[in-house]
This record gives sequence, C-alpha cells and structure tokens, in this order.
Amino acid sequence: MKRFLDFARHHLITVYMVGALAYLFVPVVVVMLFSFNDNRGRFNFTWRGFTLKHWANAFEVPNLFDSLVKSFQIAFLSALVATILGTLIALALVRYRFKGRSTTNFLLFLPMATPEVVLGSSLLALFLTLSIPTGFGTIVVAHILFNISYVVVTVKARLSGFDRHLEEAAMDLYANEWTTFVKVTLPMILPGVFAAFMLGFALSFDDFIITNFNSGGTVTFPLYIWGAARVGVPPQVNVFGTAIFVITVSIMLLTVTLQRRSDANVA
Amino acid sequence: MTTDTATPPAATPPGAGQTAGAASSKSKRKRVPYLLLLPGGIWLIMFYVIPMIQLAGVSLQEGSFQTGYRFTWAWGNYSAAFTAFGGHFIRSILYAGTATLLALLIGYPLAYAIAFRGGRYRNLLLILVLMPFLTPFLLRTLAWKVILADSGWVVGVLQSIGIIAENGRLLATGWAGVAGITYNFLAFMTLPIYVSLEKIDPSLIEAAQDLYSNSRTAFRKVTLPLSRPGIVAGTLLTLIPASGDFVNAQLLGNPQQLMIGNVIDSRFLRIVDYPTAAALSFTLMVAILLIVIPYVRAVGTEDLVA
Repeated sequence: MKRFLDFARHHLITVYMVGALAYLFVPVVVVMLFSFNDNRGRFNFTWRGFTLKHWANAFEVPNLFDSLVKSFQIAFLSALVATILGTLIALALVRYRFKGRSTTNFLLFLPMATPEVVLGSSLLALFLTLSIPTGFGTIVVAHILFNISYVVVTVKARLSGFDRHLEEAAMDLYANEWTTFVKVTLPMILPGVFAAFMLGFALSFDDFIITNFNSGGTVTFPLYIWGAARVGVPPQVNVFGTAIFVITVSIMLLTVTLQRRSDANVA
Repeated sequence: MTTDTATPPAATPPGAGQTAGAASSKSKRKRVPYLLLLPGGIWLIMFYVIPMIQLAGVSLQEGSFQTGYRFTWAWGNYSAAFTAFGGHFIRSILYAGTATLLALLIGYPLAYAIAFRGGRYRNLLLILVLMPFLTPFLLRTLAWKVILADSGWVVGVLQSIGIIAENGRLLATGWAGVAGITYNFLAFMTLPIYVSLEKIDPSLIEAAQDLYSNSRTAFRKVTLPLSRPGIVAGTLLTLIPASGDFVNAQLLGNPQQLMIGNVIDSRFLRIVDYPTAAALSFTLMVAILLIVIPYVRAVGTEDLVA
C-alpha cells in the first residue's frame, strides 16, 4: 500500500509538471495559431479558418516593421551600455573591498524593487522638469537604467564562481593589472557578460510600461501593439511575434547543442 | 537568488603582496573600485535617485496644466489623491496579493517537480519554463483575451459544470485580471524557488525521512524551511511588478475596477494632472519599500542582489 501511494505521488507530481508547462504554453500556441487566422474585419479574436496571407504580406502593415526596427535598435544600444556599466560595477563588488559596498548593493537593489509605473513616471517627472523632450534618447536612457542591476547580478554570479589563482598567476608571471584583465579575467567572464547582454536585450525589447512613459512620439513594437489593441491588432503582429519566438528558440537550442558538443569534446 | 556566497574575496588583491612600488601602487589600488563604480553609479544617481526626488517634488506642486505647476508644499495632493483613488490602492494590493499567492501555489510544485523529478532533463525543463516569455508580453496577454472570450470553450466548460453562471463570463472581470497577472509573473516565482530547492542536499531529506519516517513531515520540517529564501525572493519578484501593473487590468479586467497603475498612467499621460499622478506613484513606492525593507533587513541586500 505504501509503495502504491509513493508510486502515485511520484507520478502525480510529474503529471502536474506536464500540466503546468502546458498551461504556460497555451497563450504562445494561441499567438502562433492566430497568425494563420483568416480573420474578418479589424479584430482577430475568433477563428475563421486557415490562411497564409498574413505571412505573405507581413511587411505591408504601415509602421509595424518600423516599430520592430526601433525596438531592436533601442534594445541593442541599451543592453550594450548597461552591460559595460554593470560589468564594471560587478568587478568592483566581487574583486575589491571598499567603503560604501553595502550602499552600492542597496542602490543596485532599489531599481529592481521599484514597480515599473513608479520608475517610468519618476523619469518622466525628471524629463518634464528639465524640459527634455521625450523620444528615442529618453527610452534608451530609461532602459539602460533598469538593465544595469540585472547585468550586475548576472556577471557577479559568474565572477564569484571562478578561480582567482589564475589572475594571481598571471600577475606573478609578467602581467600588470590591465593585461591580466584583458588576457585572463575578461575571457573567463565573457560567457556571463554575454548572458547579461542577452538578458538586457530581452528585457528592453519587451518593455512596455517604462517605455510608455518616456516614448514621446517614438513607437516601439510593444507600443505599437498597445495602440493597435484598441482598434484591432492586425494578424501580422502575430506573424512577427511567432517569428521572434521561433528564431530565439532556435538560437537557444543551437547554443545549448553546441555547448554540449564542445563539452563532450573536452571530456 | 543565485549561488553567490557573497563573501568578498581576501582583502589582499592580486599582486598586493609584492613589494615593488608599494606605497604609490597601494593608494592607486584603493582608487580602482571607485573608478569601476563611477560610470554606473553616476547613471543610477542621475536616473534613479534624482528622478525619485523629482517625483516627490512634483507631488507637492500646485496649479494646472494650462497655467503651469509650481512647488508649494501642497500636502493636500496626497489627501485628495487618497480620497479619490484609495479604492484603487486597496484593489491593487488585493489583486497583486491574490495573484502572488496563486503564482506561489502553481509555481512551488512546478519548481519542486523540476528540482526533484527532473533528473537529467532539469535544464531542458527550466528552458521550457522560460520559453513562453520569448513571445512579447502584450501578445501573450492579448492571447488570454481569446482564451477567456465569452464564446470560447473555457467559458463554455465552466458554465456547463456550473462553476460560473449560465450567462456568466470571465473576460472583463477582476478574476481575469488576476489570472493574467498570475500567468505573466509565474516564471519570477518559479525560478528563485527552483534555485533554493536545487541547493538542498538530498541526503538531508533522506535523513529526515529516516527520522520522521513520513515524507509529509520531512517536507514540512526540512524541504519547506530550506526553500524559504526562494519563496521570499519569488514573492517579492512577483508582488512588486504585480502591484504596479496596469496592462492586465486594462486588457483583461473589468474597466470599472482598474488598478492604481491604470490611474497613474492615465493621470500622467492623458489627463496631465502631474501632481496627483506623482503623489500616487510616490505613495506606491513608499508602500512597496515598507513591505520590502523588512525582508531586506532579514535576508540582507547581498543575497537579494546576488
């Protein structure tokens, strides 16, 4: 009896896991499915049959592709700057002991503990007071800000995991601090730095609330969807959503497979 | 949130033991961390600290959009904002709290299953948890509009088994808003819990089972307490964004029962009543800090940030 109960419990939680994962994927499937919907009128909420026409004329909706390009530029720029600033902070926090350490930690924690409406509206308050017109530049500034903390967390995790003796060995042999950094430290933390960049890119690309406050006349992809939601989202938005999903998942799986293979080669 | 043990490395940095150029290089070394912090620190102060002060300043201004706003220590903005939008505040706490609880109830068993039953597929399963978040946030939320629609099969099934009334609906109710928040922030709950569960040494649980000889008691006395840091982090990471969210309430919820985020958004951007919007926003921030700081005190920022 006990064995039977254990067996049932063991499988119950596995069944639960499959169910929970399925629940997570339901909206994704709906997004993909409705990119093939032969919808009538402006709205795309009920299934009317299969068509490929939205995929064929994906680029024909005015402003949609422009918004994607904008989002891409903003995500790239903000992730790049935040990765540089955040990596420097992470290096200071992990490699050095200094006065003001806990203040720095608290200052990094605060943006993560701030709801997006507050972060967005406080920046808008600043830009209004200084009469800075909002637009592309202010979006980038805001995105760099919220990305820095996440970069620090990601790079720190990588930095604190690796062997300091390698750096010491380099210094013992010949290198000054700069050479050691470029030849030893940087190559070792590069995967973490790259992961931080990708995380920042993703957070920026998908951000709506903070962007909404600081966008001025600039329309990013999420802002396009938000604006369209009131009058009917064109199915081409689902086409791009599906394409983004498929491309990023492929890249992810490819990286994992390549990593597996190179790990296997080493071992 | 990650495995950082947070002990700063030995006080002697690389090369500090060497005597060459001792004095000058020592004082130079002292400056290095500050130089590293400088650019990012300036960014955080200019675009986080100063805007917060600015927000507080705007919340105490008086005037109108046409004539311009002037700073006058107008504390009345706060009481006026509360009289008008106190209900929105309470509703936000209620909705965000319910969604966080639901996310914990869904996310904990999921994290548990991956950590203890995932075996060699653990990483793949974690990727599967994150994968849905590669479709844009707003598109996922709009997809729930399709799923919960009045003519959809979810409503049909719930009607036929009597959970909702014959003419009842899901879309445009408070529950739909809560469901949307729960779904959208589920990964923030699941991942930290997974991280803390994964760290638990299985032999501890075995030992507990040997001693208590009842796996339920073993779970209650060993696994659950050891996963508490993950529960704390997951709860904060869900509750904070949920309390300020206005997307789910707007797209899925009842238009007559919006959240405080909706009010801040429309006061700032459409009604251009900056002082009220700023007062509400600043109050939300203070409320969040009052919830978060006790946690930070207990756990330490080092662990929350790292």
